[in-house]
Amino acid sequence: MNNRITLKLNNETRTVMVQPNDILLDVLREKLGVKSPKIGCERGDCGACTVLLDGKTVRSCLILAIEADGHEIVTVEGLSKESLTPVQRAFLEHNSFQCGFCAPGVVLAATELLESHPQPTAEQIKAAISGNLCRCTGYQSIIEAILDVPPKTGKSL
Amino acid sequence: MTTLKYVGESATRIDGLEKVSGAATYVDDLEFGPNLLHAEIVESPFAHASIQRIDTTEAEEVQGVVRVVTGKDFPSRFGLYMQDRFVFPSDRVRFVGEQVAAVVARDAQTAKRAAKLVKVYYKEIEPVLDLEQALKADAVVVHPDLGSYTRCPWFYPQPGTNIAHWRKTRKGDVEKGFQEADVVFEDTYTVPRYAHCAIEPHAIVGLYDLSGRLTLWSASQSPYTQRHVFAQALAPLGITHQDIRVVTPYIGGGFGGKAGVSMEIIGVALAVLAKGNPVKLRWSRSQEFYNTYQRQGVIARIKMGVKRDGTITAIEHTLHWDAGAYVEYGANVVNAVGLSATGPYRIPNVKIDSVCVYTNLPPGGPYRGFGYSEFHFGLESHINTTAKKIGMDPVEFRRRNAIREGDTLAYGAQMNPSGLHEAIDRVAKEIGWGEKEPSKDPRKAVGKGFACFWKAPAMPPNAGSAAFLKFNEDGSINILVSGMEIGQGFMTAMAQIAAEILTVPPAKIRVELPDTDRNAYEWQTVGSHVTWGCGNAVRAAAIDAREKMFAVVCRAHGCAADTLFLADEKVKCRTHPDFELPFKDFVIGGVQMAQGNFIGGPILGSGSFMPEFTSALSDPETSQGGHPNVHYTVGAAAIALEIDKETGKIKVRKAALAVDAGKAVNPDLVRSQIVGGMVQGLATVLYEDIRYDLNGRLLNANFTDYKIPTAKDIPDEIVPIIIEVPQPDGPFGARGIGEHTMIPAAALVANAVEDALGIRVKALPITAERVVLALLDIPYEDVRGSYRGFCFTGKPDAYAFRAEATKRKRAKGSPRSSSY
Repeated sequence: MNNRITLKLNNETRTVMVQPNDILLDVLREKLGVKSPKIGCERGDCGACTVLLDGKTVRSCLILAIEADGHEIVTVEGLSKESLTPVQRAFLEHNSFQCGFCAPGVVLAATELLESHPQPTAEQIKAAISGNLCRCTGYQSIIEAILDVPPKTGKSL
Repeated sequence: MTTLKYVGESATRIDGLEKVSGAATYVDDLEFGPNLLHAEIVESPFAHASIQRIDTTEAEEVQGVVRVVTGKDFPSRFGLYMQDRFVFPSDRVRFVGEQVAAVVARDAQTAKRAAKLVKVYYKEIEPVLDLEQALKADAVVVHPDLGSYTRCPWFYPQPGTNIAHWRKTRKGDVEKGFQEADVVFEDTYTVPRYAHCAIEPHAIVGLYDLSGRLTLWSASQSPYTQRHVFAQALAPLGITHQDIRVVTPYIGGGFGGKAGVSMEIIGVALAVLAKGNPVKLRWSRSQEFYNTYQRQGVIARIKMGVKRDGTITAIEHTLHWDAGAYVEYGANVVNAVGLSATGPYRIPNVKIDSVCVYTNLPPGGPYRGFGYSEFHFGLESHINTTAKKIGMDPVEFRRRNAIREGDTLAYGAQMNPSGLHEAIDRVAKEIGWGEKEPSKDPRKAVGKGFACFWKAPAMPPNAGSAAFLKFNEDGSINILVSGMEIGQGFMTAMAQIAAEILTVPPAKIRVELPDTDRNAYEWQTVGSHVTWGCGNAVRAAAIDAREKMFAVVCRAHGCAADTLFLADEKVKCRTHPDFELPFKDFVIGGVQMAQGNFIGGPILGSGSFMPEFTSALSDPETSQGGHPNVHYTVGAAAIALEIDKETGKIKVRKAALAVDAGKAVNPDLVRSQIVGGMVQGLATVLYEDIRYDLNGRLLNANFTDYKIPTAKDIPDEIVPIIIEVPQPDGPFGARGIGEHTMIPAAALVANAVEDALGIRVKALPITAERVVLALLDIPYEDVRGSYRGFCFTGKPDAYAFRAEATKRKRAKGSPRSSSY
């Protein structure tokens, strides 16, 4: 019952054999070696497994790997290959994260938001990251960092 | 004192880059190759039952199953302060979800499938799910063998009963105190159980290799304590401390839930029995709720006497804790409260009874605040009501009674330096205390609430910290400690402390995550004590390294040690202003002499710290005579909220919290603790609402039904205020603040709700549902349906606070026949 799927993962074409019921999160972590999407709840509540699927945030624990066939997946590993993105830099400078477990998901949620709203309001930020649970920070340091990202001048991701 | 350069600076977190780049590695991210085995647990469906028989035959026949493990294979008990917990119970189960067996298989799916084939035959025993029942003379006893359990000397279990520990503190004469009072007022408060909800579930990988070396990769706040507890449990197999290595990569949140040992012992047992193969055990989100630790539920009665001038004359504080099935850690929470339930007030006459009761709900244990959040809800609510009774402003009432340095604590020792009065004043000013700004919306009521707080670390008197510090060729530094970076910023704080002494910027200092083979000892990262305890060890190690550098320079250059000093990563000399020796020129390779030889050698520093003045020895009837707590950290907080009178929904408009950090090593990280702690505290009041059915099964073990705050649920504004009255024995005057920031939250909301609506809510949580019911004057107990938040179902005001069980002899639970 193995199926071959091909996807663009962090700007590289990857092919992998999966079972029809394999979860995208598990395949990313166990078969493709991408560890930044985390396992937190396995039911779409916590957002720790967030990845960008064709530029949109999805919970990779709620998607079958086979559904990603032919699509593009970006994780934090893909964002920071060369250097930090402006939003990652802002998170670093604001000491935004504590334990860091939610960070990969929050970074991607913020990245998606800034693509469509280069100068978001605090309310827009709260809405955009409201699917990513963080138990440490109380979110304030995360929101402040996103507010502090300079409007984009260069090319898109 | 000279001005500080690095301590007190809001340095960038030294773990920040790893965390924003996705490089930070947690236990579940580690690779162990194709030989990695996976485990699945067989769980008890009953809150209380004897295990008649376990049939593993069918499970063992499944292809890919390596081993099925039951209590027969691993009969050990374990526990931190009292060995009352079982790796796998073999005679009886004591909570729904308790591990009865485990299947170890080549892959997770096979393990899961085979686990369903393990047949366990139970005989139900009447569960203990009500505190009142638990303490009756004829109660079913959860631990018939309580008297035989190994325990720490400051626990006082009562064998034959469900009382696992009873901390009594007596000071002065409360009856006399109540007579002297103009007003005596008593009331009852209840706090249900709570779950930590760290986003990373517990995980452990164990490898017992063919040479007999046992390595554990564990998501833990307590690597050394884990090693010690593992060694105790494995002693019958001849495995000792030197055979065990605990490695802790980053952990995704702890909050006390990853302190001590909970599920990890199962991983250890499975690894030992599957020798030669690494075994992974990762908890599901639901297991995370019911089989680690929970914050214990409590019902508390407070009787307070006051004079008309606002002086508190006496307090009687009785707390009955639903501590759950095992109390190896939770009983120490009960103990800590029993010593400190006066709150931060000078009260001459004190009677505290903090009673730890075994029940058949999941094990209670440490949770950020360690019992103080729980008792502060009642106490700080009671303070407000008492102030009202004498017609005094509640902030003024607190100011009059606030504890000061040198005051005698309930157990007889002296209070440490404290900025409590400053905290009260600054918070009152920040929140605009006394100013009422009514809402423009007639459907909304506004109110303000105020509360003080304190907390001491709860540690054994010999809890030690140690540090190794080594220089590298480029003059950079690695610090090897075993305090845990649980998100609080421990690594950065340690780097800043070493930086201050050695003049090396924090960005050039690495602080290594714990590995018990390599890093120096740390008892545990709990109790908000590591900045203080481990900070002292790091400071000592840095000074040790500095003295060794001076010694090398003295020998090489013939100058006097007392003329040398460090500046800008160089050794300099007061008497020879031209002399300077950069660290990188000699800390590894030494100083070259005229003859071509070198003097010196790689510079290493080490340091240790133990609070030698503490003692847990005291009179069990009064707690007088010892010095159980190292010091208290104090503070005050206030909120302004708005309540929708139609929906009951509460919106926190503003919160302010001042905490006396002694010295904020990194003010930005202190502020992060204040904001994060405040939100976590508010969550326990406004959103989190744990529900057990009447058989003791947890109904909402997930984030859909157990609500923790999202970014949309936070206060509009949180103002952190840092007070700095130095702690004389702290590194640069620092003391811990991590837990304290969530302690006042529940009372803040309760007090603000009363201010807004004139209704006193005495039971947590204060969700929208409960506010609406209160507004409609409908008693919550009448309409809540068949569930409970902890082992209590009656009306709080009717609870008798009896503990009849104390005087009778051993009794056993009577088995009821029912098979599964």
